[in-house]
Amino acid sequence: MNPVNYLYLAALLFTIGAIGVLIRRNAIIVFMCIELMLNACNLTFVAFSRMHGNLDGQIIAFFTMVVAAAEVVVGLAIIVSLFRTRHSASVDDASLMKL
Amino acid sequence: MSSLVSAPAVHSLWTTAADPISKINAPKIEYGQLSPTLIVIGAAVLGVLVEAFVPRKSRYYVQAFLAVVALAAAFAAVVGLAAGGYGTTKAHIAAMGAIAVDGPALFLQGTILLAGLVSIFMFAERRLDPEAHGNRVDSFAAQASAVPGGDTEKAAIKAGFTTTEVFPLALFAIGGMLVFPSANDLLTLFIALEVFSLPLYLLCALARRKRLMSQEAAVKYFLLGAFASAFTLFGIALLYGYAGSVSYATIASVVDGSITNVDPALADTMGNDALLLIGMALVGMGLLFKVGAVPFHMWTPDVYQGAPTPVTGFMAAGTKVAAFGALLRLLYVVVPGMRWDWRPVMWAVAIVTMLGGAVVAITQTDIKRLLAYSSIAHAGFILAGVIAMTPDGVSSVLFYLVAYSFVTIGAFAVVTLVRDAGGEATHLSKWAGLGRRSPLVAAVFAVFLLAFAGIPLTSGFAGKFAVFKAAAAGGAGPLVVVGVVSSAVAAFFYIRVIVLMFFSEPKADGPTVAVPSPLTMTTIAVGVAVTVVLGLAPQYFLNLASQAGVFVR
Repeated sequence: MNPVNYLYLAALLFTIGAIGVLIRRNAIIVFMCIELMLNACNLTFVAFSRMHGNLDGQIIAFFTMVVAAAEVVVGLAIIVSLFRTRHSASVDDASLMKL
Repeated sequence: MSSLVSAPAVHSLWTTAADPISKINAPKIEYGQLSPTLIVIGAAVLGVLVEAFVPRKSRYYVQAFLAVVALAAAFAAVVGLAAGGYGTTKAHIAAMGAIAVDGPALFLQGTILLAGLVSIFMFAERRLDPEAHGNRVDSFAAQASAVPGGDTEKAAIKAGFTTTEVFPLALFAIGGMLVFPSANDLLTLFIALEVFSLPLYLLCALARRKRLMSQEAAVKYFLLGAFASAFTLFGIALLYGYAGSVSYATIASVVDGSITNVDPALADTMGNDALLLIGMALVGMGLLFKVGAVPFHMWTPDVYQGAPTPVTGFMAAGTKVAAFGALLRLLYVVVPGMRWDWRPVMWAVAIVTMLGGAVVAITQTDIKRLLAYSSIAHAGFILAGVIAMTPDGVSSVLFYLVAYSFVTIGAFAVVTLVRDAGGEATHLSKWAGLGRRSPLVAAVFAVFLLAFAGIPLTSGFAGKFAVFKAAAAGGAGPLVVVGVVSSAVAAFFYIRVIVLMFFSEPKADGPTVAVPSPLTMTTIAVGVAVTVVLGLAPQYFLNLASQAGVFVR
């Protein structure tokens, strides 16, 4: 199969993730959409790596996974602490500082 | 794009990629030249161990001492490298092409380390909040995981817990900031971006007072920051697809067409300008988010307001310095060949950033939000220097970043002093008559505001003059006109705060000014000293910046 198709798939996944971040209201779901975007990036790297015949893209995909894992640790800690205080993970409720 | 590579070509690549690798050369790492970063990251790792093994009572002292020593040692290492000529004649690319050791990198690393050092003093301040159960407390939550106002938190306060983890977190952030402006490939850029962002997200959530706002700020900063870095990563993926490499030098040679012996597998994507343009736009977007330029500035006011004030000062200075360093390197080293494409876009961003920041700041009623919008306007001024595309442009931006970071940290340090029963009194109405009640603090704050406004004899004026001069010489005259107009708009609200402090009657229930320990006093004194020295005698530092203004390629 032509690897270019994987690029289209990755772009589609990235778009779904970005739209999810913009329209969903639960911080956890928003966060999952961001993870989807990172995974779409990984797919792009691997597809390009395959097309170019060099391994850089595949190595970068590993780095991205580690970064995503670190981001999950930090993100969940922040979201859980917000949830424990407010009993809600809705990003709409977090509006103390709105003018 | 569907015909990038034909099916038989792909089939042949399958076998090429699967060839066994005969020998892997050990990478050559120049540890000495990377020592500033290594010292800071090493101290951060040591700080994590201190959290695990040192008794709770002495942790604060050990952590603060470790952080200060590490930052001072790293600064000494930067000075040593610069004195050894690595900023000028011996500038080169270290760590197998990942890190550039050159003038702008060392200059910005020095700036970040000094700014980090005076911020750490603010982090360590323990005399502003009233003592809780006989224990001195700092600006950070007793226990971050405890629900604010809950029983766990009360027990934690009573037991005298403090979040000493802030010191290693700050060191990790500084470590990332040191790598960010010196990154010489896109992967290093991305990793550095995350290394300095993640600790900052956590630090934002740790305020002792007003923790709801602090947690809200952290969630907003985290979600928007992660969203922006996902876009950056996708941009990096597209640039990798375009050039077949993430190294700045390779991408630059593909962009300007000077690359020799093109790999046949890459010939198709290298001709695909859509990959290059979209990739650059996305990476640029991620960096503009970090500097807080206008279409991507939404997080700035909320995060600046909600974060603990020492963290706000640290973040405002450090993030801006690091992100502008990375932006400069990207635009000057990677894509000078397509400047006719990116310059109009950056023009537009600079104009809306300068005007947007200055105009919206007028309506603010909270001093931290006001400083946040002022930082947005300043990002616009710095962008004007970035657009110049001349050596003067680089050196003026470097100078401006030094001037701006110390003014900002000093201003936020003063904000920590003005307090009432609820903690810091950040609403502007409470600052009325501060000059009658505590003339010294008000006068110091006035110096910082005048520097923000760019009044002569302050560092702000010297910086703005250098940036606008470089922009005008670089053919961005209209941008300078917009810059001067928005400086005038911005001067209005800075002066308004000064008038409020000195020429209105103090309220009966107004805030008091806490007397800080020598730590915060040092921060403020350094801020004032840098502001005045850079304002009165900028020439030495301008020369230093122009010596350091050449990127290694």
